[in-house]
Amino acid sequence: MSTTTAGPAGPSNATGLPAAPFLGAKRRPLEAVIKALLIISAMLSIAITFGIIAALIRPVIDFFGEIPFSTFFSNDQQFGVLPLVVGTLMVTVIALVVAVPLGLGAAMYLSEYASRRARKVLKPTVELLAGVPSVVYGFFALTFVTPALLQGLLNLEIGFTNALAAGLVLGVMIIPTIASLAEDALSAVPQAMRQGSLAMGANRMQTTVRVVLPAAISGVAAAIVLGMSRAIGETMIVALAAGAQKNSSLDIFEGHQTMTGFMAQTAGGENPVGSLEYNTLFAVGMLLFLITLVLNMISISIVRRFRQAY
Amino acid sequence: MSIAATTAREVTAQLATGKSKDRTVGSLVFLCALWFSLFFGVMVLVALIASTAIKGAPRFDAELLTNYTSIVRPETAGFRAGILGSLWLMLFTAIMAVPLGIAAAVYLEEFADPNKPWNRLIEVNLQNLAAVPSIVYGLLAVAVMALLGFDDAGIVLGGALALALLILPVIIITTREAVRAVPREIRDGSLALGATVWQTTWRQTLPSAVPGIATGTILGLSRAIGEAAPLVVVGLAGSVLFDPEGMMSKVTALPMQIYSLTSQSREELREAASAAIIVLLVMILGLNALAIYIRNKFQRSW
Repeated sequence: MSTTTAGPAGPSNATGLPAAPFLGAKRRPLEAVIKALLIISAMLSIAITFGIIAALIRPVIDFFGEIPFSTFFSNDQQFGVLPLVVGTLMVTVIALVVAVPLGLGAAMYLSEYASRRARKVLKPTVELLAGVPSVVYGFFALTFVTPALLQGLLNLEIGFTNALAAGLVLGVMIIPTIASLAEDALSAVPQAMRQGSLAMGANRMQTTVRVVLPAAISGVAAAIVLGMSRAIGETMIVALAAGAQKNSSLDIFEGHQTMTGFMAQTAGGENPVGSLEYNTLFAVGMLLFLITLVLNMISISIVRRFRQAY
Repeated sequence: MSIAATTAREVTAQLATGKSKDRTVGSLVFLCALWFSLFFGVMVLVALIASTAIKGAPRFDAELLTNYTSIVRPETAGFRAGILGSLWLMLFTAIMAVPLGIAAAVYLEEFADPNKPWNRLIEVNLQNLAAVPSIVYGLLAVAVMALLGFDDAGIVLGGALALALLILPVIIITTREAVRAVPREIRDGSLALGATVWQTTWRQTLPSAVPGIATGTILGLSRAIGEAAPLVVVGLAGSVLFDPEGMMSKVTALPMQIYSLTSQSREELREAASAAIIVLLVMILGLNALAIYIRNKFQRSW
């Protein structure tokens, strides 16, 4: 490495004395270049965030040049976003009703009951669910959950596309998100708190539910908020199974188009770039981005706070 | 851990399992509920795969892999264009996302001072990007392609760009974990022998972290291969009747074909979609198996 220029320390030349070691740093211009490249790569992640905002802002300005805010945030059949927000919220709430208990249950088992060996096998099993592509879940909701489960088994008077099936399947999809973050939070609770609870005569269930869970509640909340953000932003399940009609009623048996479903439909259609319909896509996209951004920020800040607690 | 703490832990575990108080009805019901929530996902997965495989069963033949899609004769529809398209997209996604992701991760782990506000901003930003809806990355890719002056929608480059943006945060986060797992002593040893930070990173840290990085990258790609939402926005067609032959070639992807076949309500098309789903799941399973193999085979524990 440094044999050519600096000269290593050690016995050398005629005097028989060791040469003075070279202690100064060798100039390495290439390393400065490499470091600069690395910094640029890291900065790119920030550039992506600003890129998203920049990419959205122009079409959004064009859009609001023609359509006033009051029409956008209304029930207007063509440009109103309100029915889409209602649809998104309904599907998300159904998804959370499925995913919160099941995700927390799985997290509590993994963190409080499973042995280390069992956890090593069981955790990937739960995470398998996250590996299935969402378009496959969408197909499953449309061709199995609605016709076979809801119409066949439960005999419900339900539409061919409906908020219920989409929400249920979406819930299954976000179980791993909630389970894995909540498990991290539960595992972070100090062992001493469990020992204290057990020493007072509580059994395992009481310890889990009344001591560990409350102690980890902020982390669990962060997990739920992140799961919610995932559910709101998920596209293919709702594009296939939740319906393609704007619908601001609250009937879960009817089809409801969501924000992402609307975006997929508009983008898949033949709208020329720059047209009003095409810009609507960006306006809805901006709203979606802002909603998920706020939720993610809430989740990140909760996690930060709970990490400092112990 | 001290002996006292270890003993305390053991005693805790014994107390927790051995006492009969855990055998009350309430506790057992609770435990059953936990078991249920753990295995609910597996049950759904089994139902999903079984129902799809049964629907798609009549279509498992060579034509599925070698034919193009056909609306006129859906019973012979194949997914040659989609499978090849997905592979092309993965190739270009990897070329774009992997070097950038590793470089960013190496900077953040080895060079950056975590207390500087600028680096903290990058950190929070990364966590946020990992949770941005995938469809939004499609909008970004559309804007970038327009900016670069590519007018054609639905080409390999556009699709790969959207997917690369999507998995970049995933790759950065997993690479950082892999790099962080390399023990401090290896770096200290190298630095003490006079290597610079970069030499240490390049010759010691990165080689030790390769299995972790490879696993993370493959898992990122397996997420990208199943994504359809950003591809819809980028304008990929649901059906293309030729093989992709370059960066600028029109292309479709397997998830796109599944989406477009499913949205049409003809039964034969659904059947073809079921078969395509099985092909897609096999591809994803293959990638995951590869990741697990690499992790088990090469990962060292220090």
